[in-house]
Amino acid sequence: MAHLELQAVSKQFKTGKVLDGVSLEAERGEIICIFGPSGSGKTLLLRLIAGVEQPDEGVILLGGHDVTDNAPETRGVGMAFQNFALFPHMSAFDNVASALTARRTPPDVIRAKVEKVAALLKISHVLQHAPQELSNGQKQRTGLARALVADPKFLLLDDPLRNVDAKLRYEMRLELPALLKASGSTVLYVTQDYKEAMALGDRIAVLLDGVFAQIANPAEVYRQPATLSVARLFGEPTINLIPIEPLASPDALKIGVGGAWLSFPPSYAHAVGKSCVLGLRPESIVVETVNSRESFAVDVVAVTPLNEKTLLLLRTADGREILASEAGTDEAPRRRGPAYARFDPSAVLLFDAASGRRVPPQSA
Amino acid sequence: MEHTSLAERIFRGVLVALIVVFFLFPIFWIFLMSFQTNEDILRIPPRIFFEPTLSNYSALITGKLVTVSGTLDIAFMKNLWNSVLLSTAAVAIALILGVPAAYAFARYKFRLGEDIAFTLLSFRFAPPLLVLLPLSLYFQQLGLTDTYAGLIWVYQLIALPLILWIVRGYFEDVPPDIEYAYRVAGHSWWRTFIGVAIPLARPGIAAAGLLAFIFCWNNFVFALILASADKQPVTVGALAFVTASGIQYGQIAAAIVLSATPTLALALYAQRYLVEGLSLGALKG
Repeated sequence: MAHLELQAVSKQFKTGKVLDGVSLEAERGEIICIFGPSGSGKTLLLRLIAGVEQPDEGVILLGGHDVTDNAPETRGVGMAFQNFALFPHMSAFDNVASALTARRTPPDVIRAKVEKVAALLKISHVLQHAPQELSNGQKQRTGLARALVADPKFLLLDDPLRNVDAKLRYEMRLELPALLKASGSTVLYVTQDYKEAMALGDRIAVLLDGVFAQIANPAEVYRQPATLSVARLFGEPTINLIPIEPLASPDALKIGVGGAWLSFPPSYAHAVGKSCVLGLRPESIVVETVNSRESFAVDVVAVTPLNEKTLLLLRTADGREILASEAGTDEAPRRRGPAYARFDPSAVLLFDAASGRRVPPQSA
Repeated sequence: MEHTSLAERIFRGVLVALIVVFFLFPIFWIFLMSFQTNEDILRIPPRIFFEPTLSNYSALITGKLVTVSGTLDIAFMKNLWNSVLLSTAAVAIALILGVPAAYAFARYKFRLGEDIAFTLLSFRFAPPLLVLLPLSLYFQQLGLTDTYAGLIWVYQLIALPLILWIVRGYFEDVPPDIEYAYRVAGHSWWRTFIGVAIPLARPGIAAAGLLAFIFCWNNFVFALILASADKQPVTVGALAFVTASGIQYGQIAAAIVLSATPTLALALYAQRYLVEGLSLGALKG
């Protein structure tokens, strides 16, 4: 049985429905990143699980027990709030310790546990400070420490790295997975940063328009996004989307891209005649100076070198602008001007234009 | 540094001096009067220099007022004690009732909630005389006339709305997430109320309590109608100095000095809380 389970949870405010029948199952010790644009209800979802808000409909199960109507203090969850929610009248130490004092832990055990988690999160030197004396990053880590310190079975983290400066964020992104795994907790981790979701999650749950558009492991979300919207949210620069309509021809399928007719894998035969959208990741586009049968003519409009990669803005013969990215090399810098582009047909994504759902290839 | 011309500084100094004289001179004059005999006070033109006497204070403290037409008993010290008792008890009860109510009004939306809160506030709008006549009739029926309990109850009309509305604003200023965080950490509702909500609203509670105390202390008309000399506070007790043989200005002045001293001392001591408490917004976590 799943350790944490949501069954068709809905929540509505005066402004409209925020969550519309959300279901999720998490196994013990699993880290699930809840990813979605701001305002999609990620925070609300955590608040429902913590018991801070009540769902209108649906059931919340923690450890197999229905806790939908239980008070927050009985649920055994640890939560890090987006706005820190530190207690301004207590020192950082007492803030962290508050999760232990409620459980009648002896003082020396409290001290040891707080100091241990503070050392992990690098806030040992500010434990005696009041919250208003802490930097935003320190506040956030204090909130995180408070959530972690009691070894809760369920850990709800609401964008804990949002206010941390860039350098520390990269460090934490490397350290957090081990830290979270060591805690043994089932973790729901809310983030707006797709890289963070990719780096931390065993699975990513993409929350869009009040429902999970996709719940899958990071590679799958990236390589086989369930919908156009999901594809758009992952990857930088964003995926190129080109409306196409595959045609059947005697030897293979053909698609029209940039004024050229290119052959298309026959596994997409079921999409013939439908209006579709072709998804091309910038890194799967190859720009060359020589023409080939799989290429289409482009004009390299702009070149942005970023050292580890180079971004190319291409304009196709029919005036469409697409982005390509190339791994950085020591070769002579790329020139603007006419060139030819091709893509790996096995790496393309095809979406139904009307529903936005991905059209998977069919094995012959 | 802002630059001001000499004329501007002089002008400002004169204005400040005027205001200080306007507000503080009466207090200063009362203080002087309290050390003068009635003859000194009524002399025209008044004199700044006089022979100070403690007779006014001794009369108040011993409770024997000697006039040309004989000796009069005055219950001033009893009145002072009544004021302390009534105001303290009224504010204590108003805090016990008002703080949880303020929290409820701040945190929960319930049916008629705003109406109830507004009704409580409207007690402050109505002139006390409006309710006093029916109230005195009720009190006679209930046997509450001339009792401490009855007065303390009526004083809730003064203290409760004040505390409710000031403290409510403070609770509304505490981000709910701070309380939720405490509950998620495993604390019950009650412990969260005691451990987080009250400490964070403390400046407001202190300020509201202090103001309520001063308002209760200064109340005159409730005790005048609803209690006899035995239970009356200083504000009413001062009437005793209007005697058959004339108005005892010296004793009135001494009585005012004595009765203003506790509230003044309290206000000075709690000034920090008052300023902190009445200027909102120290709570951005």
